Amino acid sequence: MNTVVAQLQRQFQDYLVSLYQQGFLDNQFTELRKLQDEGTPDFVAEVVSLFFDDCSKLINTMSRSLERPENVDFKQVDSGVHQLKGSSSSVGARRVKNVCISFKECCDVQNREGCLRCLQQVDYEYKMLKTKLQDLFNLEQRILQAGGMIPQVNIS
Amino acid sequence: MASDGGVSCLRRPEMMNVGIGGMEHPLLDVDEVHVLAVDDSLVDRIVIERLLRITSCKVTAVDSGWRALEFLGLDNEKASAELDRLKVDLIITDYCMPGMTGYELLKKIKESSSFRQVPVVIMSSENVITRIDRCLEEGAEDFLLKPVKLADVKRLRNYLTRDVKLSNGNKRKLPEDSPPSTLSPDSSDSSPSPLSPVEIFSSPPSSPIDDDNVLTSSPESSPSPEETPVRRQKMRSPGLD
Repeated sequence: MNTVVAQLQRQFQDYLVSLYQQGFLDNQFTELRKLQDEGTPDFVAEVVSLFFDDCSKLINTMSRSLERPENVDFKQVDSGVHQLKGSSSSVGARRVKNVCISFKECCDVQNREGCLRCLQQVDYEYKMLKTKLQDLFNLEQRILQAGGMIPQVNIS
Repeated sequence: MASDGGVSCLRRPEMMNVGIGGMEHPLLDVDEVHVLAVDDSLVDRIVIERLLRITSCKVTAVDSGWRALEFLGLDNEKASAELDRLKVDLIITDYCMPGMTGYELLKKIKESSSFRQVPVVIMSSENVITRIDRCLEEGAEDFLLKPVKLADVKRLRNYLTRDVKLSNGNKRKLPEDSPPSTLSPDSSDSSPSPLSPVEIFSSPPSSPIDDDNVLTSSPESSPSPEETPVRRQKMRSPGLD
């Protein structure tokens, strides 16, 4: 029995479970993992990578819209938040999505300060998640390189 | 937002089958289900594509209602000879899109003689009863709440297969047996509770519904059936086809 593989698999499992428990991920991430197989082993990594690109672009755009206090384009910000909320929901990025909910509320009442805080928070959250998932994917790679299989992890 | 020129495809072998505009799909295998997916979000397009492909559908994904109409040949009055070969078994579209909403796209499809029989499914991240009703009244086949899951797509697939095998071209027939519906979206392995085809399930009562009032699904854990966002279905009565 290959204890290196078993150890890595346990590590992977524990890490993934902790991401759910700490609220970084929700069930939709589980759904994405279901769509990955031996033929498409990088599917989840690719989707989240697109998501992070999206985050970066949208945050930049919204930041510009919020820049000048006397001239905030709240419609633009709202559109950005809507898109971000949608894509974070689609990949299971729970914390990012939750910030978007607050963000939208600030936008609705045209609270620039609130929006700026949310913007900062959403930036923090997506970058944090990016780091966490990178660690997760690295673990996956190590398992595969050690000749093991990625464990199915049931989150309940 | 579309940064990829309109039609999504990751530059990978398995994604290269996604149709670009109307140039591919010359003659599809009649047994294969071909779905046109419309969503302005790249992330969502990739996910819905994968969901559909995993359920053995051919997928063309476009990023706007206009491109969808273009693909279907509905964007101009000239009748296209290619339409005879264009086979679309299902159109699945996001509701909230810049330019043309999913609702507007739905209307245009239902107004067209070539494609009005094609089932149209609307996806939305917002669980707004008035919105859902409006879409169903306009002829939408089904309404899916985002984020879309494998169980949702499998359910769609189930009632399509029979139609494709029995019919030709774009004609759609009502399935004889309605698929069972489920109220628990998060556990795709749970056995669905059988419901009659015209039954509409409601979500728990919340404050008055308007466009600003949305029900977001509980992020923490699998919601109990009572908390599940609305999945509305409407099957046309047999006499309408």
